[in-house]
Amino acid sequence: MGATAMFVPTPVVRPPILEMRGISKTFPGTKALNDVRLDVRSGEILALMGENGAGKSTLMKVLSGAYQADPGGEILIDGQPVTVGGPQDARDHGIAIIYQELSLLPNLTVAENIFFGRERSRFGLVDRAGMREDCRGVLQRLGATFGPETLVRDLSIAERQMVEIARALHTRSKLLVMDEPTTTLSARETDRLFALMRQLRGEGLAIIYISHRMDEIYALADRVAVLRDGSYVGTLEREELSADRLVRMMVGRDLAGFYKHDHQNLRSPGAPVLEVEGLTDGGRRVQPVSLTLRAGEVLGLAGLVGAGRTELARLIYGADPLAGGTVRVGGATLTRPTPAAALAAGLAYLTEDRKAQGLFLDMSVQDNINFFVCGDDARAGGLLDRGRGRTRAGDAIKALGIRVDRPSTNVGALSGGNQQKVLLSRWLEAGPRVLILDEPTRGIDIGAKAEIYRTIDRLAREGVGVLVISSELPELIGICDRVLVMREGHITGEVGGDSGRPVTQENIMALATGVTL
Amino acid sequence: MIANLNTPGLPASDAVALSAARRQRLRTALQVAGMLPVLVLICIAFDLATGKFLTGRNIAIVAQQAAINIVLGAGMTFVILTGGIDLAVGAVLAVSAVTAVTLSLTGAAWMAIPVALLSGLALGALNGSLVAFFRLPPFIVTLGAMTAVRGLARLLGNDTTVFNAELPFAWIGNAQLFGIPWLVVIALAVVAVSWFILRRTVLGVRIYGVGGNPDAARLSGIKVWAVLMFAYCASGVLAALGGVMSAARTYSANGAQLGTGYELDAIAAVILGGTSFVGGIGTIIGTLVGALIIAVLSNGLILMNVTEIWQLIIKGLVIVGAVALDRYRNKGSART
Repeated sequence: MGATAMFVPTPVVRPPILEMRGISKTFPGTKALNDVRLDVRSGEILALMGENGAGKSTLMKVLSGAYQADPGGEILIDGQPVTVGGPQDARDHGIAIIYQELSLLPNLTVAENIFFGRERSRFGLVDRAGMREDCRGVLQRLGATFGPETLVRDLSIAERQMVEIARALHTRSKLLVMDEPTTTLSARETDRLFALMRQLRGEGLAIIYISHRMDEIYALADRVAVLRDGSYVGTLEREELSADRLVRMMVGRDLAGFYKHDHQNLRSPGAPVLEVEGLTDGGRRVQPVSLTLRAGEVLGLAGLVGAGRTELARLIYGADPLAGGTVRVGGATLTRPTPAAALAAGLAYLTEDRKAQGLFLDMSVQDNINFFVCGDDARAGGLLDRGRGRTRAGDAIKALGIRVDRPSTNVGALSGGNQQKVLLSRWLEAGPRVLILDEPTRGIDIGAKAEIYRTIDRLAREGVGVLVISSELPELIGICDRVLVMREGHITGEVGGDSGRPVTQENIMALATGVTL
Repeated sequence: MIANLNTPGLPASDAVALSAARRQRLRTALQVAGMLPVLVLICIAFDLATGKFLTGRNIAIVAQQAAINIVLGAGMTFVILTGGIDLAVGAVLAVSAVTAVTLSLTGAAWMAIPVALLSGLALGALNGSLVAFFRLPPFIVTLGAMTAVRGLARLLGNDTTVFNAELPFAWIGNAQLFGIPWLVVIALAVVAVSWFILRRTVLGVRIYGVGGNPDAARLSGIKVWAVLMFAYCASGVLAALGGVMSAARTYSANGAQLGTGYELDAIAAVILGGTSFVGGIGTIIGTLVGALIIAVLSNGLILMNVTEIWQLIIKGLVIVGAVALDRYRNKGSART
């Protein structure tokens, strides 16, 4: 453990602020956690990684008192064994958890939220002035630009997270758990959050950080603990970190060639399959945009959140009303801008929001996969061809490695990565010539990511034109032939291809922000 | 520092998985059975209390009383599955009944049933297009329709009871097929056709899809408007069929009274049958069971000489109680 000395200047060995030992958790039918351990020291950021279903959330729920661990495990705070019987216990021990779905009350003020459940009173009346003053101090320390009087519903997601952090600090928490806090943040907000986390680390707070994003782990983590299938795999010190090593620990095997890019070696892009000219929604989010996608090409679309990438994709697909411009698929102009017309022409769009806009969560995996193609497969009179549907579902489950025991299982019961594969299968079965993938790997585990990259590469080899929207630059750089960059509704440039600019993070960010680095 | 790669022994985890699968199957079976156990229990309780409930004669009466509500409930099931509601079915039933009886008195008596059904189709199409094309909330659209169509029914019948002692289609309401009342045959046929549409056709899959996630349905290239139009048209036609059945039974129709409150019985049957009020989940068999529960309650309470006032109170409590039980039972399988 000599390496840690570099990061902890005082050689005094103090007990970790939190130590969990021998934690197991059995649910009827499954063992979600099996003899897991974890320790966090004050003034460090510990990243907790693992595929979906590895047990990260379960472990954190044990820590927060939402679940009770099986007998035999131990939780020690500052070296003292404690029992966490419920959320209140966790709070009393100085543990604060910030979930992906924030738990604030939108119609109350910031101050009321921070004090919720512990309102201060004077002579039996709520002491609003006192609470406001208290809050102001904490908010200033966090560098917030809003006051304690602001209504939470008027705040952005990033600002709401800040309120959650303020509440945690205000209850004198020693340990902060953050579960994928950046999934809904823009790049700038993410930077600000990271700066804040580093500041809190400097003040001696311990932070457990759960994320799927490698770049964030590199940027923040002092150590990385890895879980797999409910078991503890190991911990890496900062200087031991490498993507290969992490992947191997999380997946349990090598993912040779994580980013697949074989299609380029086999053939050069063919004829244009998607030609967009002067497409605009009237200037609200998308200025007139033109682009060309060729058969067998993987084209990336980069840009900051709010640059208009999703809006452009939805315009191309006919999902939103367009104000001008044309879309040609395989040389034929789409006359009616509707998803049905786009699909008929061979253009499919995988939404960025699989739960709200993609899947039918109460329907089976089989029905979700066949939802579009069952119309074409149907026998006369619109009769379902169920045998065909079963075959298609079975093939898709095998081809993409979807983890599900039966095709009749509800898709809502699957993990994020498997849900995404189901949604992708719906379009693969349709056999499109152009496939637009909007954030295809958001919030899914590494194994599923690799599977999706392989599929994109296979599609390109088969001559499909693929347009990939992503906020993860390493992903775009890894799988795309060239990348278009959007800013404020315009395409501001291209990297890769014949542009003369190589596909690098710096080149993309320069075009995305308008700032030359 | 990589350590502790323990994997649980395979045989043990297999056994766990097996018992989990068995439990899952049991739960699925319970969900499919839905309210059926409740129906059976109520029937047995009434028979024990009165000694004359489970007789062939009484069962035929109950089925006949349930028939019209089953037909309305089937239409309502389509609409509620798409996430909508149809409050106009009672009034549509009245328009259809008045139309059928009035036409049966003219020289074009053969047109009575076709025109009555077409009136229901037209009114359903009107509701459907307001929902599908003008994106108006179904509750508002059909609330308005419920009032306006009721007025239409009174207008068509000159606000009196139309009566035809020689009603040519009276057999529908009074004759039997192989000992089964025609009303019951028609109701079961409607259930069978509805089941077939929902379970065996592309349209059925899309009805569930539109109700479960309208945004996803549109992005999947589905013509959502067509699905909505179908649901409201089906509800309209089936309400009109209910009107024909009702007129056939009584040889008469009154535009002011006939079918008032029927929409609520139909909705109660659908909800008792386990169909989700927000759409996307539910079965036609559930609706059948729900409608039977309502009919059994009415009949059984009359046999027990319970006054009408108490019948209402007990029926209301049973509906809420049964649904509460259902929710409680299904809580374990709540989706994420």
